[in-house]
Amino acid sequence: MRSNASSAGTMNEEWTHNGKGVVINEQRAGIGKSIVINGELSGGEDLTIEGTVEGKIELRDHVLTVGSNGRIKAEVAAKSFVVFGQVVGNLTATEKVDIKETGSVEGDITAPRLAIADGSHFRGSVEMPRVDKPREAQAAWNRDLSRDSSLNNDLVRV
Amino acid sequence: MRDMMPGPVAFAADEAVYVSKTLSKFLSAVDALPEAVLVDLGPAIGSNISFLGERFGCKIHVGDVYADLDRHTREGTFDRLLEFLARRFALRDGSVDAVLCWDIFDYLGSAAGGVLAAELTRLLRPGGQLLGFFGARASEEIRYTKYFIEDESHLRLRYGFYTGACRRRWALQSRDLDSLFHGLQLSDSILMTPRLREVLFRKRAAADQHPPLPAGPGSRIGRLGGC
Repeated sequence: MRSNASSAGTMNEEWTHNGKGVVINEQRAGIGKSIVINGELSGGEDLTIEGTVEGKIELRDHVLTVGSNGRIKAEVAAKSFVVFGQVVGNLTATEKVDIKETGSVEGDITAPRLAIADGSHFRGSVEMPRVDKPREAQAAWNRDLSRDSSLNNDLVRV
Repeated sequence: MRDMMPGPVAFAADEAVYVSKTLSKFLSAVDALPEAVLVDLGPAIGSNISFLGERFGCKIHVGDVYADLDRHTREGTFDRLLEFLARRFALRDGSVDAVLCWDIFDYLGSAAGGVLAAELTRLLRPGGQLLGFFGARASEEIRYTKYFIEDESHLRLRYGFYTGACRRRWALQSRDLDSLFHGLQLSDSILMTPRLREVLFRKRAAADQHPPLPAGPGSRIGRLGGC
């Protein structure tokens, strides 16, 4: 069994039952939907934002998820982005930007990979590092696919 | 092997795949540049952006003029569209290597089309390419086409993706295109479907720039009303 404890303020915890009790796997930082932050935000762990952030966000080696209630007006740098909510500002990712169906991004994106779902909104520019040969691009794509599927099979970890 | 004659090579409900003979030329020109800058006037299509970005390493400005047109028409502010289009792209003169127009000009009418064409001509560097699609006839039908790049020579056309407040207003003839894009040189004009022509333009070098063509009796530019 797996679930997320709901955020009362700033923290989400991911937990599982192991038959004897609850085991907390890892902690994921979260900003609840009633929270408003103006200023600079940086950190060393994955972050989910359901509230409002204006300013600058830096999560160089981690994933930033903008939840469906999340509103961001900021310059943002992270390893990867998953956007369900609204972002106004420039996004720089070292791995991937993923704009989901409900997501909206207005700004410039720099990322080696980008996914924009049908129904999402994007306005701005996109800059992607060049992959010289199609075969290399395909190989990289295949590698990512197999890694993604292994992650999906490995969601519950203790 | 896919058919090379105009017509769908594959289709499903409300979509079909067509051979494009100009797309590969357009992409070759983009590929020849180390860091090409491309303007896409269509909506953001993830697979297109990934294809262009990952394969060709270009910087892509996504404009979605269809959404602008829809918004102005729906809100009854079409009279302000010309002014809006004139300031739509905050990019320097000659800073763009290639423009993907898709079929937006069919929906704009002469006045707005003229403003956008002038703006795109301003953005293109000498030698830059502009690829557009032009319908063979005007239509009252209210739906747009979404163009998906399948590979270097195939496009999947999906119809009716916007609720669309605007209709296909006119069918541009060759002389209309000459007038509209007077700063550009027609490079290829090929029938992609029985109702759709693909046209590739190239911006003339500065020394070869022509003055605007007068809107004479043979040209409809300037005498057709706006949207």
